[in-house]
Amino acid sequence: MQKEQPCENAIELRSITKRFGNKVVANKKISMTVKKGEILALLGENGSGKTTLMNMLAGIYYPDEGEILINGKEVFISEPKDAYANGIGMIHQHFKLVDIFTAAENIVLGIPGKQKLNLKEVASDVKKLAERYGFQVDPNKKIYNMSVSEKQTVEILKVLYRGANILILDEPTAVLTPQETDKLFDVMRNMKRDGKAIIIITHKLHEVLEISDRVAVLRKGEYIGDIKTSDATEASLTEMMVGRKVDLDIDRQEPRDEKLRLRIEHVTAYDKTGEKKTLDDISFDVYSGEILGIAGIAGSGQKELLEAVAGLQRVSAGSIRYYPPENGKEEELIGKSPRQIRDMGVALSFVPEDRLGMGLVGSMGMTGNMMVRSYRAGKGLFTRRRQPKQLSEQIIKELEVVTPGVNTPVRRLSGGNVQKVLVGREIANSPTVLMTAYAVRGLDINTSYTIYSLLNREKESGAAVVYVGEDLDVLLSLADRILVLCGGQISGIVDARSTNKEEVGLLMTKYRKEGAAIGG
Amino acid sequence: MAGEPFVHLVKKNVQPTWKTACVYVGAVLAALIVCSIVIYTVTGLDPLYVYRIMWESTFGSASIAMEFRLITIWNTIRDTMILLCVALALTPAFKMKFWNVGGEGQILIGGLATAAVMRYLDTSVPTWVLFAAMIAASMLAGLIWGLLPALFKARWNTNETLFTLMMNYIAMQIVSAFSIIWEAKKGSGAIGVINKVTKAGHMTTKWLSGVFGGENYIINVMIVLVLTVFIFIYMRYTKHGYEINVVGESENTARYAGINVKRVIIRTMMISGALCGLAGFILVSGSSHTISTTTAGGRGFTAIIVAWLSKFNPFIMLVISFMLVFLDYGAKGVASACGLNKAFSDIITGILLFFILGCEFFINYRLVFRSRKEVN
Repeated sequence: MQKEQPCENAIELRSITKRFGNKVVANKKISMTVKKGEILALLGENGSGKTTLMNMLAGIYYPDEGEILINGKEVFISEPKDAYANGIGMIHQHFKLVDIFTAAENIVLGIPGKQKLNLKEVASDVKKLAERYGFQVDPNKKIYNMSVSEKQTVEILKVLYRGANILILDEPTAVLTPQETDKLFDVMRNMKRDGKAIIIITHKLHEVLEISDRVAVLRKGEYIGDIKTSDATEASLTEMMVGRKVDLDIDRQEPRDEKLRLRIEHVTAYDKTGEKKTLDDISFDVYSGEILGIAGIAGSGQKELLEAVAGLQRVSAGSIRYYPPENGKEEELIGKSPRQIRDMGVALSFVPEDRLGMGLVGSMGMTGNMMVRSYRAGKGLFTRRRQPKQLSEQIIKELEVVTPGVNTPVRRLSGGNVQKVLVGREIANSPTVLMTAYAVRGLDINTSYTIYSLLNREKESGAAVVYVGEDLDVLLSLADRILVLCGGQISGIVDARSTNKEEVGLLMTKYRKEGAAIGG
Repeated sequence: MAGEPFVHLVKKNVQPTWKTACVYVGAVLAALIVCSIVIYTVTGLDPLYVYRIMWESTFGSASIAMEFRLITIWNTIRDTMILLCVALALTPAFKMKFWNVGGEGQILIGGLATAAVMRYLDTSVPTWVLFAAMIAASMLAGLIWGLLPALFKARWNTNETLFTLMMNYIAMQIVSAFSIIWEAKKGSGAIGVINKVTKAGHMTTKWLSGVFGGENYIINVMIVLVLTVFIFIYMRYTKHGYEINVVGESENTARYAGINVKRVIIRTMMISGALCGLAGFILVSGSSHTISTTTAGGRGFTAIIVAWLSKFNPFIMLVISFMLVFLDYGAKGVASACGLNKAFSDIITGILLFFILGCEFFINYRLVFRSRKEVN
């Protein structure tokens, strides 16, 4: 038995192993520690086992082998309740909040307590807690009125309120503007000063370097090692993560032979209730041979804009005209269904944000998913599977898709491979317009760079590429022009080569007062 | 502090088919053992005797003449085929995640249309015209019964479960009304055998009795087996089938793929309803020769279980349909042979279904028990 003495390790993992099925080892004998008052960045490519490992701390999975020590004592975390009891709080990528409740109500939800609930007391406690760490939050505001960043604040307060001393943040900056990210980092530093142990999972290396004290790297389920952040560089971290040197430069060519491809004029659209404008008088042009980046806080109209072009979104006013490369004879796209657009001979490809919910059919194999685009091919009642199958095999080979076979349901593939299947299909029919929404969300560095180079290849072969992204560093080095959306309006179109992050970040929040419910 | 849990769940990879089959066989065996215990403790009967009765109720007793034994066997086949037919009819709808719980009504209305044609045309037209008219009428009636909820769903996004369910009651009331209008004897409220004397519209197979036995249902079998192959091909190899699969999986993907979701919903429900109507035709013309509110006999609901248990594979549906009919016949046989009531047979059916549904869990998950660890 260990002697009772203050232990400086908040968490100690001893050869933790987790298997899924008989073959997949998600975590293999992982041993690591997190000290009190330390921010540890957990790095690793997709499928390297970061989330699995953290889920074992949060009580979502249970390890097959190994021990977890909290403050030097062995604990068993078999359900989320046990995690809370041990002071562990996890902030998931997807918020788990009740929309119609206030912040305070969400925070006390699920906490056992007295029969009578004193919400006023809770609200003032929350307020105090927020002030202590430098959060800005109104405990009585309803969740549906909150921006993404406010919702995240509530999530963090929720775990702090329950007395968490160990916080796990899963990609917390993915949905934030640069300014919001800075605020979050300030709060994290305050929590660290208060002696909390923090684990942050992120793919953005510059953030790792900025916020963390130490970096731990996982690769293919194994613990590769840790390094003090002050000794690390982006290149060295990438090498640890991937296992070899990776070229982190995006090869951006000057646009060539630009021709007008799409002209969007005064497009306005409303949401389902018909009251709120999701697109507000949008006008811009898209040219061949360029990548037009679209930046904006999540929910600023990116989805609606791309879907309007693709014929999936009702538009109440304006026009979207397509200029084919062959003859330049313009065609109006508004009011046409996706099928009509395709039948007109418009080679429009679209990689939607919701990969399995819109772009692909999860229960079907790759062949079945290739047929989403081509199942009507040929005369007669029957589908033809030979060509889609060949295309699948070609995509597997060219994009290095890891799948047991062309008939394995794509739902079973990892996120990166799912995206390769989708992008592979969309660029297969040599599009003249290629629209992508969050094409690298959740993908690891290697796959992300594969996607970037594919987009650049399409641009160089004369496609007009529209890239909706959230990582401003990438937008700045990939796109030729950047269009910034805010509350359904265009708040600016800037030259990607001469602008900087601050300018784009400010444009992202420019019309905030008019669109107070953005992201809500 | 909570100790290490005694047992935790682990999701399995895909396992070979033979292993899955073993789990099912194991589940049936386990269910039989549990049933034995229940039978013995509750009734004091010998479980083996009870199982023999079940077998004989489905396949006939070995001690009786073959001629009579065949009657029992054909009854089993007839009911299996009808159940299979309804399950096949519901498959496109459920694959599209359109919760068509209106099979019952679609069968009834199809049967009613068949009966009407039988009654009014009788011997006034050649036999083949009569049958063509009966089949067309039954399918058209079922189609309309399936189309209505689909139209409302496509147009106003109404809840199809409630809608199809209520259509069942409408169909039942209409059949009730016609039971009075067409009643055989005033005040009886029953139609009795239609065209009792002329036998017009009775699907008869007497001419094949030399081969299949006196009271056979070979035409029913042929129709349903053709339908089985048709649904298999339709769902797996046609463009329509592909569209149904995509719409069922995600309407957004369907829209993205340029599929007209509303049209697919309407078209598919027309097919589903029409095939349920055809089941009504088979019931009226091919077996009961009459119609009443109980003609469908709950098959519109039982068939949902058949379709889902088979994971929409038409050939597995054949096996499951047979299994459910076996359970039904067997349990009824036991109830009458041993002087027990219907509730007892329901218990046995319940236990068996519980085990079969429960083994889905063991196919997808495995349990990991706490390993012994040294305590220092």
